Amino acid sequence: MKQNKLSILLRGIIAENPVLILVLGTCPALAVSTSIVSAVSMGIAATLVLIGSNVVISLLRKVIPDSVRIPCYIVVIAAFVTAVQMLMQAYLEPIYDLLGRWLSLIVVNCIVLGRAEMFARKNKPLDSALDGLGMGLGFTVALLAMALVREVFGSGTVLSGLAAFGVEAIKIPFIYDIRIPILAQAPGGFLIFGIMIAVMNKITEKKGGVKRKSFSCDGCPSAHLCTKTSCSEITELASDASEAAEQIKEAEIAEKKEVEENA
Amino acid sequence: MPEMLKTLLTVLLAGILTDNYVLAKTTGICPFLGVSKKFQQAAGMGIAVIFVMLCATAVTWPIYEYLLKEFELTYLRTIVFILVIAALVQFVEIILKRFIPSLYKSLGVYLPLITTNCAVLGIAEENIDTARDFLTSMSASLGVGLGFLLAMILFAGVRSRIENCPSPKPVRGLPITLIAASIVAMAFLGFNGVVQNLFA
Repeated sequence: MKQNKLSILLRGIIAENPVLILVLGTCPALAVSTSIVSAVSMGIAATLVLIGSNVVISLLRKVIPDSVRIPCYIVVIAAFVTAVQMLMQAYLEPIYDLLGRWLSLIVVNCIVLGRAEMFARKNKPLDSALDGLGMGLGFTVALLAMALVREVFGSGTVLSGLAAFGVEAIKIPFIYDIRIPILAQAPGGFLIFGIMIAVMNKITEKKGGVKRKSFSCDGCPSAHLCTKTSCSEITELASDASEAAEQIKEAEIAEKKEVEENA
Repeated sequence: MPEMLKTLLTVLLAGILTDNYVLAKTTGICPFLGVSKKFQQAAGMGIAVIFVMLCATAVTWPIYEYLLKEFELTYLRTIVFILVIAALVQFVEIILKRFIPSLYKSLGVYLPLITTNCAVLGIAEENIDTARDFLTSMSASLGVGLGFLLAMILFAGVRSRIENCPSPKPVRGLPITLIAASIVAMAFLGFNGVVQNLFA
């Protein structure tokens, strides 16, 4: 299948945004979006890893045997993560300290493994590089959007965390006095992320809605590792539960109508 | 109370309450959101995670201390740790399948999902970063695992209520789940400082 190069690049940023649409990589998205600087640097680091791992995996796509591909991908990804980590430690140590453990946790970021599994192993290196760049940019944009809200309203500042480079954090005059510190903490992260996804739902509603994969097994890149039956069992159980819930709801609504009619 | 026991208890309780990996450090969110729809699944996943975390720490700590440090290969930490965890998960799966089939039946489903759970790699790295000794590392892993289980169980309860509530269309599904998670996380903020002052 021939794909337009530009569409591969743009897809990751909007239509298949890894964080807001595919709901992958939630952990770093929630953890590092407390400040704009950490969000952008995390985004750049993840983008570098994504491009590198996508290209290498795509080059090796005919060499890696299918049955052991996941461990192979993990090694490739871990190698790139280590390289990025060492580069950052050498040249951007304040940023390295700021991101801390999250830098090495890019290894288990579902986006990287997910793109290897869904795209790089079936496509040519150039396309895979573009896909990696697009997905990385999408990740960065989503993180930046969350960080903008969380840093401005949570800390009342902009550009904090660059003190080591001689850039002082700018306090925003009025907002600094009425800031909501909880937004910069974990609960605020959950809240802002939830609201952002709700907004995305609302925006895309008219276009037929987002076809978001269920965030149990289908959205997980390691889903195939589970035996198929067990995975479908989980989803079945889940759908059974939601079906039952809907039936209850419908019954309730019907009851209410009856009561109203009788009245 | 002896100093050692104090340290062990502090890291254990900190992992469960104040530094809860899921609700305070936003680590391991995928299973937290994905497998918390039913109480039983949530509990199963939590127990499987505790099990793998303990095994992972028991293996990665000696490897780092006696192999990587000895041969000055500490920069290989991330690669070695993730491979060890991936192999360990497979290994645990095979062992359980062969020897304790009943436990495998209840936990087996969740085991492969744990490889990509960042809480497991996270605690292995934290133990090294904070230069804990072996016993403290194990205690910290147990604490973090128990904290994960607690978060899963609490949230499964919250979620079963949400699923039965009519919510506005745009927030239905994932968004309302995240907003509920935010409120549960806020409750955990109340533990701030409790553990540090407990033994002071």
